[in-house]
Order: sequence, then C-alpha cells, then structure tokens
Amino acid sequence: MTKTHKIVLAGNPNSGKTTVFNALTGARQHVGNYPGVTVEQIIGSFTLDDNNIEVTDLPGTYSLTASSPEELIARNVIITEKPEVVVNIVDASNLERNLFLTLQFMELGVPMILVLNMIDNARSKGIEIDIERLSKLFGTRVVCTVGNKSDGIYELKKVIAEVVLEKEKHSSNKVNYSDELTIPIQGLTKILIDNSIAQEGYRIPWLAIKLLEKDKEIIELVKSFDSGEKALNEANKLIEKLENDVDEPSEILVSEHRYGFIAGTCREVVNTTLQKRRDISEAIDSVVTHKVFGIPLFLSLMYLVFYLTFTVGDPFMEWIEFGFGWLGRFISSWWPTGSESALKSLIVDGMIAGVGGVLVFLPNIAFLFLAIAILEGTGYMARVAFIMDRLMNKIGLHGKSFIPMLIGFGCSVPAIMGTRTLNLKRDRMTTMLVVPLMSCGARIPIYALIIPAFFAKRWEALVMFSIYVIGIIVAIICAKLLRSTLFKGENEPFVMELPPYRIPTSKSIGIHMWSRTVIYLKKAGTLLLAASVILWILSNYPKKDKLDRDYAGEITKIEQSQLVQKEKAAKIQNIKNEKMAELLAYTCTGRLGHAIEPALKPMGFDWKIGTALIGAFPAKELFVSQMGIVFALGEINEENSVALREELPKHYNGLQAYCIMLFCLLSAPCIATFAVTKRESNSWFWAFFQLGGLTALAYLVTTAVYQVGMLF
Amino acid sequence: MQKPLSLMEPGEKGKIISISHKMRSYKKFADLGIVKGTSLSMERIAPLGDPIEVKIKGYSLSFRKEEALNITVEIDNDKNT
Repeated sequence: MTKTHKIVLAGNPNSGKTTVFNALTGARQHVGNYPGVTVEQIIGSFTLDDNNIEVTDLPGTYSLTASSPEELIARNVIITEKPEVVVNIVDASNLERNLFLTLQFMELGVPMILVLNMIDNARSKGIEIDIERLSKLFGTRVVCTVGNKSDGIYELKKVIAEVVLEKEKHSSNKVNYSDELTIPIQGLTKILIDNSIAQEGYRIPWLAIKLLEKDKEIIELVKSFDSGEKALNEANKLIEKLENDVDEPSEILVSEHRYGFIAGTCREVVNTTLQKRRDISEAIDSVVTHKVFGIPLFLSLMYLVFYLTFTVGDPFMEWIEFGFGWLGRFISSWWPTGSESALKSLIVDGMIAGVGGVLVFLPNIAFLFLAIAILEGTGYMARVAFIMDRLMNKIGLHGKSFIPMLIGFGCSVPAIMGTRTLNLKRDRMTTMLVVPLMSCGARIPIYALIIPAFFAKRWEALVMFSIYVIGIIVAIICAKLLRSTLFKGENEPFVMELPPYRIPTSKSIGIHMWSRTVIYLKKAGTLLLAASVILWILSNYPKKDKLDRDYAGEITKIEQSQLVQKEKAAKIQNIKNEKMAELLAYTCTGRLGHAIEPALKPMGFDWKIGTALIGAFPAKELFVSQMGIVFALGEINEENSVALREELPKHYNGLQAYCIMLFCLLSAPCIATFAVTKRESNSWFWAFFQLGGLTALAYLVTTAVYQVGMLF
Repeated sequence: MQKPLSLMEPGEKGKIISISHKMRSYKKFADLGIVKGTSLSMERIAPLGDPIEVKIKGYSLSFRKEEALNITVEIDNDKNT
C-alpha cells in the first residue's frame, strides 16, 4: 500500500495560494471547519508516480502570531500535525511583504518549498529574481509558477514528491538577524533551557522569539511548566531591559528586524529593470473608489449581485418546484384514487415536499456564491469593505457585511451562507444573527395579503416601506447591542490589504461555488429535511377520527340536489374547507395555537393567528395558506386570496393587521434559516439564541405597538 | 515637513519616522510593514471620508484615520521622487 504524505500550503491572503491549490488538486477537495471555530478547513490531494499526497490549504495569513484564529490555526497545524513540507506560496511581484511570513517558517525550522507565484506578473513589472541565490540564502527549493495558467504546477508536484521522499528532510536555513535581536534571543533561549522548558515540536529559539513577541499562547505554554513562572520572570526582566535600551516594544523590534532582513535579501536577489509605471489596477481603482462615481458604481454592482442571486436563480427554483410537484403526483398515482393512506401522505406531503424545500434554495445559494467568487476573485470584495467601512462601522458591522445584509432582503438562507466572506468571528456572528431582520422575499406574500385588505390605496406603499425600515432599524440596534455585549471582544482596528485586480479563472470560481453549495446540501440540508418532516407531522397529526359534522354526507346531499353545476362545486369546496379547518384545529399545531392564545392576547392576536404562525415556521409564506385553512377558505393561492382579504377585516382591525406584519417581520426566522445558522455558526446555542432572541424581540415590540396603538 | 499620516493628501509621499506606542494593534500594523523608516505614499481616501489607502512596500493597505493619526511621516519635498 502506498503511504499518504501530508503537506500544507501556506501563504499570504491574495498570494494566489488557492489558485495553486486548485491547480494542484483539481476538484479533489473537501471543505470543512476547524473544530470550534468558523475558519474553513480545505483539504485536497493529488497523485504523482504512485505517491499519494494530501494537501491542506491553510488559511491565508500575513504572520504567525496568536492574534487571530487563522494565524493560530496555521501555526498549530504546522507544529502539531508536522506536515512533511510547508509549501510557501509567495506573490513574486510583492516579495517584500510576502517573505515576512516565509521568515517565520524558517524561524520554526520546518522543511519548506518556496513557490514564487504569479512570476509572469512580476516579470512584466520588470522584477527579476535571482532564483538560485534565493534558494541558497534560504536553504530551500524554489519553484516558479503561474497558478491561474497552471504553469510550473507539474514541476512543483515533482519537487514536492522529491522533498517528501527524501530520507532526511533538511530544514530551511537559520535566519541570522543582527546582534540587537540575536543577543536577546540567545539570552531567552538560555533562560528556557536553564529552567528545563522544552516541548516536543517547539524549537527553543523559536519559543524565545515568541516570548519577545509577547505571544499569549506561548506565555501560557511556558507558564504550564513547573519552573514556568520563574522562567517568565527572568524573561520579563531581560525584555524590559531590552525595551529600555532600544526605546521600543520588543514585539515591534522583532517585526522591524524581520523587515530589515528581507530588505537585505531583496537587495541581493531582486533586480528591478523597468521604472515603475502606473498599472492597470491603479487605473481601475481611481474609478471604482472615486469620490463621486465610487458609490453609484458600488450600488449598481450590488444590484447585479442581487439580480444574479434571485432573478437569474428564479427559473431554476421554479423547475425544482415543478419537478418535485410532478414527482409527488407521480408517486401519489401508485395509490388508488381517493385513498387516504397515511404512508402516501408522509412520503408525498412530508418527505418529497421536504426534499423539495431543501433543494429549492440551491439556485440562490449557487448564484450568490458565483457572485461572491467573482467579487473575491477579482479583488472587488476588498473595495466593498473599503467603500462601506465608514457606514457599516457606525452600525457595528463590517464593510463586507453589506453583501449578506443585502441578500437578506431576498432570502436569509443564502445570506447566512454568505457571511463566510467575513473573517472575524464576531463580525460574522453579529451579521448572521441580525440578517433575518432584513425583510425577506417569503414575507412579501404576507404583506401582499394584509396591506390591501386593511389599508387605503394611498397608504399601501407607505405601510410596506415602514415595515422594511423597521426591520433595518431593529437590525442596526441589535447589531450595536450584540457588539457591545456578547461580541465585545477587543476593539480591533480595521486594517486590510487592497489586492491588485485580477481576472479569476473559471475553474477557481466553479470550485468555490460548488464546494459551498455542497456544504449547504450535506450539512444544513439534512437538518432542514428532518425538521421539515417533524413540522409536517405536527401540523397533520393527531388525525381527528370522529368529526363534528358528517362532511361526506353533506357533500353527497349537495351532489344529489338540483343546483347548477357551478354552485354545487362552490358549496362542496366550502364544506371541504370547513373540514380542513376542523382537522387543523385538532392537530398539534392547532392545539398549540389554542394553548398560546393567552400569551398572544397582548399583541392583539387570537388562536387562529397563533396557529397560522406556528404553521408558517417551515416557511414564512405559509402563513397565508395557513390563514386560509383556519378561516375555512381552503388553500390560498394568488387567484383566491381575494376571499381571505375580504374575510380578514371582519375579524381584525388595522392595528392588529399591522401587528401581524410586524411580528412576521421580527419573529423567529423560518426553519431553513435556523438550520443554516446552526450549520454556519457550528453551534446549537447560536441557532437557538437567534430563534429565541428574535421571537422575544418580536413579542416585545409587537406588544408595545399594540398596547400603545390601543390608546388612540 | 512632518505630519501625521491621517493628514496627508492623496499623492503625497514620505517616510515613517515614528509610531505612537499607544496605537491599537501596533504589532499587527508592524507585521504588515508599518515600521519606522518605511517609505509610503498616500493613495486615496474612501468616498465616505474614511478609511484611507496607502501604498507601502509595493502593495496597497487600507486602514482608518483613527489609526493613521498615530503614524508620523516626514513628507518628501520633491513630489517626483
């Protein structure tokens, strides 16, 4: 059996790391999450001459400090999983900053291959790199690639295979900093050795550098030893003295020396032949982030994202709905007509409809991730954050949160998936939790039912607008509240690279889109399906055996009567509708609706609204059809909603109607949102927190509005 | 002439001469190349007035004026360099 060799790909964000990863592994990859965090774990593999090589694409980082989960993960994977080689992807046209991370791999003393990616780009900018010299200086193999053209990928595979098959793997060279840094490192190393602090996998000089950098993780690690406190005391004395001498924090001194070392290296290996000219990227930016044109252009692009996600996705959704409708009818036909088999109902109305309900989101999600892949691949996503930062920061969100929030107006499910573009957990969680407050498309049928039924034509638009605005305002308040309580954290400043514009490859866009869609199907989809079936059972069982009236008898009577055909059909439909209403009232959903009536009273709701609200948990738009059933008007669709519109004002007033809309806007999101939140936050707690929190919020706001409204 | 980075005009170039130790996430900025002695140029200000974009070590970095206030720059007199 061939052995699987484990290697990792590491590099700066925007170094083209993912493109190289895709070129190496193709579609053979798996996207997961690192345990306990929302950072994506991407693993792929390739085979070369019978060698099976498993590649982990580490999160893109600029450094290896413990300041962000990405950096900590990248570091811990390398230290604890001991990959056979670290393949360090470097943007050849931006060597200086990229080598900062490379130096840290050298400090770690791991075997490394240096990949100068986008070498064509560097050459066209007039940057010539002396590969041999660089290889000698760093003590590593150096390979040049052009990831998006797959140039040099075969050579890289060969070099990887050679390195992993070497009997004795040699580490990269030691970095020789100047005495100002070397002497304290030696001093700290001695302190650690004298206090017999040694941990498998950690080089002691590396621990010394990390102490200089005041790395929290490493300080904790040292503390865990018997003589840890003593060692730290001695170390702190040494560091204090150093800081006094150089008049600078020691962690900054380390960064300065690394950059100093890089500057020296670059002088030796880089030769810039062309004079720097204004490049295309800067020309694009001068328009895209222009004072005047920047914002309209941004809004147009955002409109395009929305259009692509929903309008283009729409026909596909209809096909899926049609397909499942057909499948349902096809399977129903296996049973004799008129039979009321519970199994048939479970399969057709419960399961097939449930699977359809999962798949119906697929087009939205796939198209949203297509849009996101393009925005990220081209580099525009960073400009979204650049343009929106000021506004979004004021309301406690990140500039990039704008996209999920916007998509939330269409549907919360793809919107929550879209929070994956946010790197910081607290930004991502805050956005995820408030997204359902953006009034989604599924609530439109509710507004379309209620607004014309209760409000004069000239007020219709204003009422509708007020609902959307309330959603946005509540979302802003909640985001601010969350950020000042649960997601307080350290108030980290905004600092972000604006990468050069690039044309993404169709392959990388395809892979990005496909892998996220699969995540939805596999993880959220299964949970959603199970929940849908349970909710279906709740609103269909228990079945009432002895009905109050002899519906069948009444129908026969009408059929035998002398009425005109048309009138007969109408009367029969009425009786059927009344039967449905009686059946629903008997089910768990109906009973629950009755049971919670006292609690609903302060909001001006009765048990009928309660039942419809519970019945609408699988999907918000179901509220309309559920109302149809409780009012014995049958299943409501676009053609017969007039009957319900006429019926509702007989039972409720305008204030109650507005409260219904308000509650539907603010309350618990649908079961699909719940399932996706569970999946994306990786925690039941946050899923239930969102569900409970929003429902409580809706209850309070609606009660307040109803009670105050009653005074007038 | 010296001034804080936050007051630099788009198009101006200069060299970092000091960074206040009080700056938040000082280390993060240092790791990205914002260290003493580094040359930079002010590229642009976002349409809403914040953040700013600077070119440093051959790449573009954006951060808020709030942070830029802590970075003091010696402005190049000759704009053509």
